[in-house]
Amino acid sequence: MDRDKNLDTYQEFVKGIWRDNPVFVQVLGMCPMLAVTNSAINALVMGGATLFVLMGSSFLVAAFKKWIPKQVRISLYIIIIATFVTVADYTLLALLPGVHKELGAFIPLIVANCMILGRQEAFASRHGVRFAVMDAAGMSLGFVLALFSLGSIREILGNGSLFNIPLFGETFEPWVIMILPPGGFITLGLILLFFNWVAARKKAFLEQVAQAERESL
Amino acid sequence: MNELVWIFVSALLINNFVLAYFLGLCPFLGVSGRLETSFRLGLATTFVLIVTALCAWFLNTYILIHAPYLRLISFIVVIASTVQFIEMAIKKLSPALFKALGIFLPLITTNCAILGLAIFATNRGYNLVEGLIFALGAGAGFTLAMVLMAGLREETELSDVPALMQGTALNLIIAGILSMAFMGFAGLFSST
Repeated sequence: MDRDKNLDTYQEFVKGIWRDNPVFVQVLGMCPMLAVTNSAINALVMGGATLFVLMGSSFLVAAFKKWIPKQVRISLYIIIIATFVTVADYTLLALLPGVHKELGAFIPLIVANCMILGRQEAFASRHGVRFAVMDAAGMSLGFVLALFSLGSIREILGNGSLFNIPLFGETFEPWVIMILPPGGFITLGLILLFFNWVAARKKAFLEQVAQAERESL
Repeated sequence: MNELVWIFVSALLINNFVLAYFLGLCPFLGVSGRLETSFRLGLATTFVLIVTALCAWFLNTYILIHAPYLRLISFIVVIASTVQFIEMAIKKLSPALFKALGIFLPLITTNCAILGLAIFATNRGYNLVEGLIFALGAGAGFTLAMVLMAGLREETELSDVPALMQGTALNLIIAGILSMAFMGFAGLFSST
C-alpha cells in the first residue's frame, strides 16, 4: 500500500468527526438524517445502525478490492451495503422492536445513504483495511454526533424532554413544530449557519495572524 | 375509487415525499437551482417511480413471498438494473428524450425516494393499481416540490442574502418554511 505510507491512523479517524463531518461539512446522508431525528433515542439507534453498516462494508470493500472488477464496482458495493443493512434491520427488529417500528422504512433506506456509498468509492476502495476501517469509524462517529445533536435539540425543544425524561416543569409549552418535518429542515439549516459562522471566524482569525506575522517581519 | 384518490392526494400533498418524508433530498437540494432542469428531473423521476412500483409489485407477489429477507437486496439490484435498462432503451428509441433527460437518468438510481417508494408500498400492502397510483402521486409531489424550490431559489439569487446564510443553510430554511406550508394540507381529508 504505497499511498497509505503518508497516512496517519489517528488522523484518518479524527477527520470524520469534525473537520470533514459528513453531515455538517459535506452535507451528505440527509434523508435518514432529517427523518429520524425527532428524538434523541431514535437518532442514536439510527446512528448505531449506520456505524455498523459503514464499518462492515468498508472492511469488506477494502479487503476484497483486488478482486472487484472496476466496471461493476458500484453494484457490488451496493450489494455489500444492502447485506449489512439487512443484518442491521433484522437485528433491530429482534432487539428493539419498539424503536424499529418507529424508524420504520428508514432502516432499509440506509442503503440509499449517499455517505456510505461515497466512502466506499472515495476511500475504502483505494486504501488498506486498517485505514478504511479507521476512516469508516471516524465518519460514522461524525454522523452519530450530527444525528444526536440534531435529535436532542429537536426533542428538547419539541417535547421538553431528553431520552423521554422530562427536563422542564409542567409550565413548559413544547414547540411542537420542532418534532414535525419543518423543524428538521430549520434546525439543520441553523446548525449549518453556525458551522459557516465558525468557519468564517476561523478564516478571519488566521488572516489576522498572517497579517501580524507579515507586519512583525 | 375513493381510496385511490386518497392515496394519490396523500402522496402528492399531505405526505409529500420530499417535504414530509425527507426522501430524495440530494437532488432536491443539489439540482434545484434552475426551474427548467428541476421540472425535467421531476418528470424523469416520476417515470422511474412508476416502473419501480411495477417491479416491486412483481417481485413481492411472485418471488419474495418465498424469501422475504432478500427484499432489500433484490429491490436495490432490480432498481439499479431497471434504470440502466430504461436508459439504454430510451437512448435507442428516442434520442431526443434521452438528450432532454441527460445526466439525470442514471443519477436517479441513487435517489432514496425510489427505494423508499418500493419499501412503503410493500409495508402498506398496496396492490398493483394502488401501487401505480401511489407512484404517480409521489412523482408528482416530488416534481411539485422541486419546481417550487427552484422558483424560490431563483428569487433568492436576486436578493441580498447575508454571506453566512448563502448556500445550503438558506435552502434548508426555505425548505422548512415550504414544509410548514404543506402541513396545512393535512386538513384536506378530515375523516383520516
